[in-house]
Amino acid sequence: MSDPMIALLMLGLFICLIFLGFPIAFTLMAMGIGFGFYAYYDPAELFYQNKIFFLFVQNTFSIMNNDVLISIPLFLFMGYIVERANILDRLFLSLQIGLRNLPGSMAVAALITCALFATATGIVGAVVTLMGLLALPAMLKAGYDQKLSAGVITAGGTLGILIPPSIMLIVYAATAGISVVKLYAAALIPGFVLAGFYLLYVIGRVVANPSLAPKPKEASTYGFIASVLMLLQAFLPLAALILAVLGSILFGLATPSEAAAMGALGGIVLAVAYGAFTWERLRESVFLTARTTAMVCWLFVGSWTFSSVFSYLGGEHVIKDVMLHLAVGTIGFLIITQLIIFILGWPLEWSEIIIIFVPIFLPLLEHFNVDPLFFGILIAINLQTSFLTPPMAMSAYYLKGVAPKSLELWTIFKGCFPFLGMVLITLVLVYVQPKIVTFLPDLLYNQPPEIPQIDPNDETVVNPAFLTGSD
Amino acid sequence: MESIIGHIDKFSRTVGQTFGWSVIILTAGTCFEVFMRYVLNDPTSWAFDMSYMLYGALFMMAGAYTLSRSGHVRGDFIYRKWKPINQAKVDLVLYVIFFFPGILAMVGSGLEYGITSVRQLELSTNSPAGVPVWPLKLIIIAAGVTMLIQGAGEVMRCLVCIKTGNWLPREGDVEELEVMLQKEHGGVHE
Repeated sequence: MSDPMIALLMLGLFICLIFLGFPIAFTLMAMGIGFGFYAYYDPAELFYQNKIFFLFVQNTFSIMNNDVLISIPLFLFMGYIVERANILDRLFLSLQIGLRNLPGSMAVAALITCALFATATGIVGAVVTLMGLLALPAMLKAGYDQKLSAGVITAGGTLGILIPPSIMLIVYAATAGISVVKLYAAALIPGFVLAGFYLLYVIGRVVANPSLAPKPKEASTYGFIASVLMLLQAFLPLAALILAVLGSILFGLATPSEAAAMGALGGIVLAVAYGAFTWERLRESVFLTARTTAMVCWLFVGSWTFSSVFSYLGGEHVIKDVMLHLAVGTIGFLIITQLIIFILGWPLEWSEIIIIFVPIFLPLLEHFNVDPLFFGILIAINLQTSFLTPPMAMSAYYLKGVAPKSLELWTIFKGCFPFLGMVLITLVLVYVQPKIVTFLPDLLYNQPPEIPQIDPNDETVVNPAFLTGSD
Repeated sequence: MESIIGHIDKFSRTVGQTFGWSVIILTAGTCFEVFMRYVLNDPTSWAFDMSYMLYGALFMMAGAYTLSRSGHVRGDFIYRKWKPINQAKVDLVLYVIFFFPGILAMVGSGLEYGITSVRQLELSTNSPAGVPVWPLKLIIIAAGVTMLIQGAGEVMRCLVCIKTGNWLPREGDVEELEVMLQKEHGGVHE
């Protein structure tokens, strides 16, 4: 059996073993070391001198001093702090009142609340669960359609992994070795396009069929000034926090990890201001941050060794040959890869897909002339579906877990389908008009460099130490 | 056996939570660096080294804690439908053939890697501040050892489950908000 065949065997075996349900980080680690031992086997060496062991520890250390992944605990910490700052109910109430003249105002308010809160925390499950307890009963009580109500919460909460500052994009940037900053800039417009589609869809459906979202019967008791005040109190601080974090990253004022640290500090300030800060909540946030960081980063420890052994054995070439043999061209390549990622999204979560499977496609991008930045955004949009499609539709299950018993799981899925359609439309749109992705990064970072004019006779521009020949 | 499992869980939790606090130092240190750079125009020479060391130590040492909470991600959409006793049997086999060889390799190769670094009292090359980098390399060994201990605890969990037919509950720690709320409201998820 040739080495590339062994590599394919390694990948096939791994995919089968995933379904045994063992923690994937350790499956990857063991298979990487096992197959690596074979790949680097040299009969002249004692078994413990095999190079795979050095490679493994070297890879582990390179995850430990990876300057992209540093921002993961910081963003998680910010998320857990904001999640516990009693913001959500104020936010929903103020938006609901502020938008009360729109058709389907509660659904629109729920959608915006979900998107904003998920963007700030990056934790999809918490948003969907909290909104399932807060907004869903309110909407159902007001006579809103079950499918529509369930759909806005599940789809709105999932936007948190696409709209920056998102942890998923950091993980992709670390995997693909590209700049987080550029990726954030690239994700911003597609994120808003998708969120905009969701909004238009909700309003459009309600305008076409007002019985889906009846107007509240009793007249609102809030005057104009009172509702503006409420928005100032609840909506503005959180929006400002997100804008400050994102803005300082995009305009190059701070690195993502610095912005995340400042964001966490801002989150604490916000929690104190809302009277929600307790030491107990801080402890909870710290401990949950530790656990989630360990989960993501140990997955990296396993997968870096796995994928370096996979490519050492020549697995990449086999996959490349297959793709080139198919002679599918760029469009075909993108459709095939996105379809594979879409299908992987049914049983797996985004972390596994990005850390384990995306590296297999990355070396192919060059051959098909695909920008890794563009590819990353396609994946980020595509992975929205993994939260919304059965059997692992996390968002739908979280909602079902807290929803009234009368709301069937199948109804929630049916509520998700139109939103899945819009994800698909956005994917096609981004493909047809890649400027949606590249416009902002080009605008911010690809300006032609200014060449400074230096007067050779000006002594002050030359380092005097250099002239005298000393250090 | 159950009391041993309890002690092991507690050990991993204490270690993981202690290192978890480094996120506070990480936040404070990074904010301090931003303050020094923008307000006093005097950036520190140690902030970058500090940040990755705290991050590296944090996630490595929290690994066993995460394992004790069953927090490492699994592809479990088939697994979760099995009876606990079958889950335990499969887990037991995979702990023996996957987990222990992998982590033993980490400890073994980490020893050589760490000792080389300690002998040279290796310093970071990122800045002239000369921040020692060898303690971070020793973390690999320490994390591997805590993983081995927690792994032994998980193996015992499997054995108990095979004997009694039920998993021992993992109780007494903070949970994700969604998990807590799901439990409170009779949710079925996980």
